[in-house]
Amino acid sequence: MAFTFAAFCYMLALLLTAALIFFAIWHIIAFDELKTDYKNPIDQCNTLNPLVLPEYLIHFFFCVMFFCAAEWLTLCLNLPLLAYHVWRYMSRPVMSCPGLYDPTTIMNADILAFCQKEGWCKLAFYLLSFFYYLYG
Amino acid sequence: MSAPGFTNLSSSVNYNQNSTPNGGDAPPYQNGPAQTYQSMYPPTGCYGAPPQHQSYPTIPAHSTPAPSKASMTNSVHSANYYQSNHQQQQQQQQQQRPVPQHHVAPSPYSAPPSQPVPSSGPVPPHAQYNQQLQHPPYATPGSYYGPQSYHPPPAQHTSQQQQQQQQQPTLVPAPASGPGAPLHPIVSYPSAPGNSQYGTLSSSQNNTTPGVLPTQMGAPLHQYSTSRPASTTAAQPGYGVAPPSQLVPTVNGQGSTVHQHYDRSCQSSLSYNTYSGAEADQLPSGTPSTSVHSSPGHHQGGDTSSSSTGSASPVPNSYDSLEGGNFPDSMPPSNDMTNQAAPYGSYGYPNMQQGYHQGPASHADSSPSHDPYGQSSYQQYSQPFPNLSQLSAALGGLSGVPELEVEALTPINLLQERSLLPPRPLEAPEPNLSPELKKVNCSPQTFRCTLTSIPQTQTLLNKARLPLGLLLHPFRDLQQLPVITSNTIVRCRSCRTYINPFVTFLDQRRWKCNLCYRVNDVPDEFMYNPVTRSYGEPHKRPEVQNATVEFIASSDYMVGTKRLQVNDNSTTNQLRPPQPAAYLFVLDVSHNAVESGYLKYFCDSLMENLDKLPGDSRTRVGFLTFDNTIHFYNLQEGLSQPQMLVVSDIDDVFIPSNDSLMVNLKESKELVKDLLTSLPAMFSQSRETQSALGPALQAAFKLMSPTGGRITVFQTQLPTLGAGALQSREDPNQRSSNKGVQHLGPATDFYKKLALDCSGQQIGVDLFLLSSQYTDLASISCISKYSAGSIFYYPSFHFIHNPAQLEKFQRDLDRYLSRKIGFEAVMRIRCTKGLSIHTFHGNFFVRSTDLLSLANVNPDSAFAVQMSIEDSLADSSLACFQAALLYTSSKGKRRIRVHTLCLPVVNQLSDVYAGADVQAITCLLANMAIDRSITSSLSDARDALVNAVVDFASAYKSNVSNLQQSGLVVPAAMCLFPIYILALLKQKALRTGTSTRLDERVFAMCEFKTQPLEQLMRMVHPDLYRLDNMSDQGALHLNDTVVPQPHLLHLSAENISRDGAFLLDCGYVFYLWIGKCCNDMFIRDVLGCTNFASIPPNMSHIPELETPLSQRVRALLDWLQDNRAFSSMMHVIKDDASTKVTFFQHMVEDRSESASSYHEFLQQVQQQMSK
Repeated sequence: MAFTFAAFCYMLALLLTAALIFFAIWHIIAFDELKTDYKNPIDQCNTLNPLVLPEYLIHFFFCVMFFCAAEWLTLCLNLPLLAYHVWRYMSRPVMSCPGLYDPTTIMNADILAFCQKEGWCKLAFYLLSFFYYLYG
Repeated sequence: MSAPGFTNLSSSVNYNQNSTPNGGDAPPYQNGPAQTYQSMYPPTGCYGAPPQHQSYPTIPAHSTPAPSKASMTNSVHSANYYQSNHQQQQQQQQQQRPVPQHHVAPSPYSAPPSQPVPSSGPVPPHAQYNQQLQHPPYATPGSYYGPQSYHPPPAQHTSQQQQQQQQQPTLVPAPASGPGAPLHPIVSYPSAPGNSQYGTLSSSQNNTTPGVLPTQMGAPLHQYSTSRPASTTAAQPGYGVAPPSQLVPTVNGQGSTVHQHYDRSCQSSLSYNTYSGAEADQLPSGTPSTSVHSSPGHHQGGDTSSSSTGSASPVPNSYDSLEGGNFPDSMPPSNDMTNQAAPYGSYGYPNMQQGYHQGPASHADSSPSHDPYGQSSYQQYSQPFPNLSQLSAALGGLSGVPELEVEALTPINLLQERSLLPPRPLEAPEPNLSPELKKVNCSPQTFRCTLTSIPQTQTLLNKARLPLGLLLHPFRDLQQLPVITSNTIVRCRSCRTYINPFVTFLDQRRWKCNLCYRVNDVPDEFMYNPVTRSYGEPHKRPEVQNATVEFIASSDYMVGTKRLQVNDNSTTNQLRPPQPAAYLFVLDVSHNAVESGYLKYFCDSLMENLDKLPGDSRTRVGFLTFDNTIHFYNLQEGLSQPQMLVVSDIDDVFIPSNDSLMVNLKESKELVKDLLTSLPAMFSQSRETQSALGPALQAAFKLMSPTGGRITVFQTQLPTLGAGALQSREDPNQRSSNKGVQHLGPATDFYKKLALDCSGQQIGVDLFLLSSQYTDLASISCISKYSAGSIFYYPSFHFIHNPAQLEKFQRDLDRYLSRKIGFEAVMRIRCTKGLSIHTFHGNFFVRSTDLLSLANVNPDSAFAVQMSIEDSLADSSLACFQAALLYTSSKGKRRIRVHTLCLPVVNQLSDVYAGADVQAITCLLANMAIDRSITSSLSDARDALVNAVVDFASAYKSNVSNLQQSGLVVPAAMCLFPIYILALLKQKALRTGTSTRLDERVFAMCEFKTQPLEQLMRMVHPDLYRLDNMSDQGALHLNDTVVPQPHLLHLSAENISRDGAFLLDCGYVFYLWIGKCCNDMFIRDVLGCTNFASIPPNMSHIPELETPLSQRVRALLDWLQDNRAFSSMMHVIKDDASTKVTFFQHMVEDRSESASSYHEFLQQVQQQMSK
């Protein structure tokens, strides 16, 4: 495969996905810490919230790249996650700063479990897409 | 003989120990003897020596019998005892002995305590005693027993019997050391000589203490013809036995309480006296005994959290006890009577009697299991205080209580059964535990679980379709609370659980945590019983005898404790020394506020209560007012008058002066008074309509953050300036729409973030909202919600136009300013392994999965907790919950209040239903529904509530009820469920279709989150009584007053007749509804008006007339009012008045303009079930 724009996209996506994997792992660890009482929810939310938008933007960015490169299949694979991100950010609690997590509700068992599950699912998705980009 | 006695005893012991884990059934008995005995034995030997030394010397000094004591322990004796038929003796005693004055007992022993009082050093016994007496609770002991008149005659019997038993145990066990105090082999008996001595002793005793002893111990004397000495010498037995039995009294001498006897021997001091006597002369010594005494005297049901605070803690804590509950003197007795006596008395006493009566008394329910064991049962009871830990025997007891269950499970067809309400307000269901466990379990007013039988697995819980959760009122005012000062607070090493009545003692040195099952060592200090100066009765310490205790953390322990509590992230705050009480008042002085006129009443009220503000000499106060600017007040001591400092830069608030704005109340009291007098006039001309609430709060935060404390905010309008400014979001036209209510959540997170900052600095913010306009409570309330504050709302407050609100405001303020407060608090809730906490409800910030951070804690707020079952609980028969509240008292002491609740685990769905607590379930569901309506929508929440009923009914139908009955069938325990849910749906918080102002709705939601259960239930489903035809049938007699007990009526207009007068008790307010044709006599006698027409329209007081009817009515009202923190208002409503609507809107069973009637609701449920 010649070095095309598409190939460049994939390479870039590969690198960015690696970064996203770290984000996902970071989330998982953070929520686990919350669950096991290692961290104060306020501190934890303060560290997590600034990471949310970058993650979403990175993902959005290489979606746009794939769009430009006309990699429709890859784009389709990523669209659901993109839509999910948009929905998730629209339905965030009332907050004055960017981010998703509200320290007053984060300790609710349902929300905590949901966030953890979300972390694992994203990790799986990013891992799969990582290999997809690698061999794609 | 001794041998058999031994075995039995030992068996019982064994039973105790083992049973807990297993859920102990009968089997333990069988196993018991041999093993336990052996195990027990060695320890005794070991311990024997030391205790003897201690105890021995003292004994002689106290009482003549001293020598005899040794003899007492004789094995022979025990044998003798058994051989002789107890029954006969007992009977004789009963017949012959009128019990003399119990109270007197102590006096005889004026002798100084030869024994060195426990650890704390020589505590002047008498002095302590006196102090205790002075305590309100204690002062009234006489009245207690006297008036209560729990079957006085029976009481005697019981007491005697108890004595016997106690003694018996002493006698028997002493030798054995096993039975009475299984764990405590206790020393004394090794020395025990023989009967002969015994006999002599007895005689000597008689001689020596003729008057006294006989009277006190009369019962015992008779019983053991020989044993009389025993009683006196009881010391000996006491020694051997007594310690195990009663023991505890003063822990460390400092402040422990001993309640044990009481529990068992609630009835009378007699038993107690004998006890004390038995206990090795402690009585004489005074200290210990006194402490003990007091405790018994006061001791009430035995179960309630209340035990005598002061009693235990003679010297240091005496005032603490006062602090524990600020009630007028008269209160305790009445309360006992009403609350405790009624609920608890019923089970408490009967059991005891039964237990004790061997002969005449019929074995009651509890005893059956024991019967087979003849002697063994005897022994069990004989133990004065069965080791609570052992109690797990409870399970054995379970079998004995089926009637309750059956009753609770009776299927009821709601479509046919019309009158479901009990005649009296519903009591919390009792968990199906053994009587011993029930006795020590936490009071339902403090700690309540929705399912008093915990399902074994989540699957079973799901099947039941009922929510599992706790309702907690942890800081409520208690009349009696054991306060313990101890260097080491015994806690589980792995889960940090505080030692509690439900742990298991494996042997003398080890206890097994009831939450995580880890085996822990018993520290030396805990082994030591200062009163008897003996080792080996860890299970007799007050921590192990009371489900509610309070520890005073010593100053060096304090910080450590806190760090432990918080676990890891101990911030700088956590390490600072206890803060002084600090109060900052933030007052709105804009034009709107001045118009409403609240300022004057606030200042007056504060002036009156200035001395009642909880605190000590370090108490600090400050004031801050705001309109479009912020005004600080310099109250520095030495100024001739308060200085006002105005900060108009509200975008960047700063504190104009550092140290003079929060001043020491004591030093600057004159200036504070000056300020309070001049404040109302100062702003009377204010024309400023803007309100800068946000900046004012920021300023307050800055002012308080060095110390922490309480900020009280008075706000009268929508904040319009600076940070936190809000817009009106309410559309009045949408108020009654069915479309769903918008804007239940906050519009900005400014207040939430500020609240979190406050919480981090240990500042609590309480909000008083007095406004006639929309104020966006949904947003502003966040400031209190997350800083553990409280919220008060007075819609349409105006000092002239709305006298009712004004009065309520004043009353609330009185209570608010003088109620207890705890600072820098955290509360951790621990539960048995396998259970986990799902969600918290209330005002606080959740620090971690089981830790709530409460900047302030007040006695009027409650919490709810949803639980889930993560692992099967199959390996334990009991589930326990422990709430530990660590706080700084207003006197600057770190204290830990610990509540422990123990519930049985069941694996049958029918058992789960039998133990369902319908009120708790309703409250928990209400909390869940409110969460749902904020995160989702109101209609969603309403549907969820209806579904809760539908799901429950269908689950019951398909799983439990075998009847092929058509209709809507529910178990009797839950028969009120649909009514309550319907009432919930018609509550302000959740109703639709009726015009409800958004603020009022939001406020109602806040109330649901924070009000204690009793209050909440009265708000949801008020109590309706008919007053004009009350009879004295079933009336309570308190002191000199007769409190009539009219029957509860269903909340339906069909029960309201024109010729009657009805009282509706809505919690915060009483409505007295006078029918048009109400007879003139009632109107004249109660209201003081000649006839219906002459009743003034806005009557809000019941005049104090001397007519019997008026006295009855007022007695009833006072009684209803008794336990409420905030005094309720009274409104007299005439049949023809326009206010009639306010009365009839509470008739929840009737159809209203927008909501269905009860019958329609049932049909709706049934329809959905069949879908």
